[in-house]
Amino acid sequence: MAEAPVVEVEQVSKKFCRRLRYSLWYGLTDLAAELTARNGKDDLQLRQAEFLAVDDVSFELRPGECIGLIGHNGAGKSTLLKMLNGLIRPDRGRITMRGRVGALIELGAGFSPVLTGRENIYINGAVLGFSKQEIDAKFDEIVDFAELYDAIDAPVQTYSSGMYVRLGFAVAAQLNPDILLIDEILAVGDVAFRMKCFQYILDLKSGGKTIVVVSHNMIDINRVCDRIVVMDGGKKIFDGNVSKGIATYEDLLLKRGDLNEQRVPDAAAWIERIELFDSQGRRRNDFTTGEDLIAEVTMSTVKQVSNSRLIVHVMTPTLGILGSFASPHNGFSFDIEPPGVVVRFRIRNMPLLIGSYSLRLSLYGPEISDFLHTITNASSFKIIAPSVDTFGYGVCHSIGFDHSWEIVRCLADHQTKCAP
Amino acid sequence: MTTAPKTIPISIYTPASQLTEPGRLFRGMLRDMMISRELAWRLLVRNISSRYRHTLFGYVWAFLPPIMTAGVFVFLQKAGYFTVGQTQVPYAVFVLAGLILWQAFADAVHAPLRLVQQSHSILTKVNFPRESLILAGVGEVLFASLIRLVLLVLALLWFGVGLPWTAIWFPFGVLALIGMGIALGLLITPVAILYHDVGQALPFVLYLWMFLTPVIYPAPATWPGSLLILLNPVSPVLDTTRDWLFSGSPHYVSGFFAVCGLTVLALLAGWLLYRLALPILIERMSA
Repeated sequence: MAEAPVVEVEQVSKKFCRRLRYSLWYGLTDLAAELTARNGKDDLQLRQAEFLAVDDVSFELRPGECIGLIGHNGAGKSTLLKMLNGLIRPDRGRITMRGRVGALIELGAGFSPVLTGRENIYINGAVLGFSKQEIDAKFDEIVDFAELYDAIDAPVQTYSSGMYVRLGFAVAAQLNPDILLIDEILAVGDVAFRMKCFQYILDLKSGGKTIVVVSHNMIDINRVCDRIVVMDGGKKIFDGNVSKGIATYEDLLLKRGDLNEQRVPDAAAWIERIELFDSQGRRRNDFTTGEDLIAEVTMSTVKQVSNSRLIVHVMTPTLGILGSFASPHNGFSFDIEPPGVVVRFRIRNMPLLIGSYSLRLSLYGPEISDFLHTITNASSFKIIAPSVDTFGYGVCHSIGFDHSWEIVRCLADHQTKCAP
Repeated sequence: MTTAPKTIPISIYTPASQLTEPGRLFRGMLRDMMISRELAWRLLVRNISSRYRHTLFGYVWAFLPPIMTAGVFVFLQKAGYFTVGQTQVPYAVFVLAGLILWQAFADAVHAPLRLVQQSHSILTKVNFPRESLILAGVGEVLFASLIRLVLLVLALLWFGVGLPWTAIWFPFGVLALIGMGIALGLLITPVAILYHDVGQALPFVLYLWMFLTPVIYPAPATWPGSLLILLNPVSPVLDTTRDWLFSGSPHYVSGFFAVCGLTVLALLAGWLLYRLALPILIERMSA
């Protein structure tokens, strides 16, 4: 028997209004409608200044699934999370949550700054639904986890932001929910603390709990999630495999970073276009690590430009420029004669790992100051395979280094086992 | 993995008004009220201790305002700027009791709105039983009233005022005033959260209201002063409560019980409104 979904989101939409005057008035009319039981008919008529923050989103989560919700700021992720948490209600559709829901939305929400860490543990614990006995029993564990020790009896307004968040997480980590909602909390704290957070999430996951993570950090998402939902403008535009999801999101970032172009006025020559091919000459934008990438750049000119230089920057939307190379480096020189020329370059054994990348092209004349034209995001491509591993058993992040290993010598007395 | 079948809480969120499923709504209200108690206690302790933690004089601040206000009125009355007619106990005790009772009511009106505003950040981030905020608010008002009652007892001893047996009803009267205040506070909270005009006007309205209530003067028995008793629901409750304490023969007992009955209904209506309104308010709060 297939396991029943723990979370069911069925065609959920939510209206939103950024204009305060309208928003308050709509609040009042919504209240009147609620009191007269009038708003039960899935009325999705947009009023003035309103838009859909979440637009017809559906998905199901099964026990043990950990899903990453990614998208731009304002894509509707947090609104969706608030609806899953029952803080606000959908304007259309239906959400069913089977099990106890825990949320790590803002750590330490409700901390009273003048009270001590000890007092706040009890308050925060009570807000999250613990009884005094439960907190008593877990108190030492919480203090250990937060690494506060002596500071526990100092007012929390004297805490550093790291201590504050650690304390908030330490209390929240005592939750053992069936469904855990996490919003951007992995981004805080030092490395050791972040590892603890991951451990907590992975433990819950292996315990068969269902987790929804909202984060902008693709490495974090990659580490904990086994499924991705990408949202854009309130709509779900992708739902599936993590690597593909992240590539879709990066692709989205690239498309939004508009074709940024700079060109000197009355430039003699300029870049027309660039096209990407594989080693068989097929036009492609998806590659795998280790393949060759071939690019053809078409340039036009009104008069001859001798000894032109073309500079290629390989970029990622999240990290910026990874590396650049210029045509003279390999001793290649070319002249652009009217009406134009097509040059080809080849990146051999593509060293990049899964992700979305883009190329920035800059065209120069022979001298350093002979700038003609530059196009950011002139072209983009994706590396779609092989898959990466973020647990320390494979390769991950952006660059796949060509590497090898061997044993140099064995430090034990008898050397039988470790001869190279 | 837990294999033992246990009851899994199922939450369903739809756009339909919660009123369309009254059974679920009322069960939810009762359940949340029950599980609110522990949290309410924590919030109460937090609010009281954090209020005075940063002060030098601590709980003196709870005593000081009624003493000062009473002192001003006693001074004005002694100096002959206004006359209030005959009171059965020394005017100082009379006005102190009146002010303490009024303050219980006024604090209670403010409490729900204050608690919701103060809890803005957890309301928009954590799903906890919202009834706990109201219970904590009631607790705070009770605590403040209790501290002031100590003051009243000291005043009674100082002036050597003897009490009739009906004084045992006095706490009931205080509770009735707090109940009225909370009910009114709950009813105005939804609109007050959206439009801060309500919060701006509230202290001013309560200030005027105090003078239209027999707080610093005895209840007028003759027309047109008696309108204050007829039209102002706080008057019979406050006056009856004070009479129970001092004279033993209150004039408006029927009015008192009529208002108490209405208060119970208003409290239920206010609770329901609060419950229905909060998701909508949270949506606009985070906007």
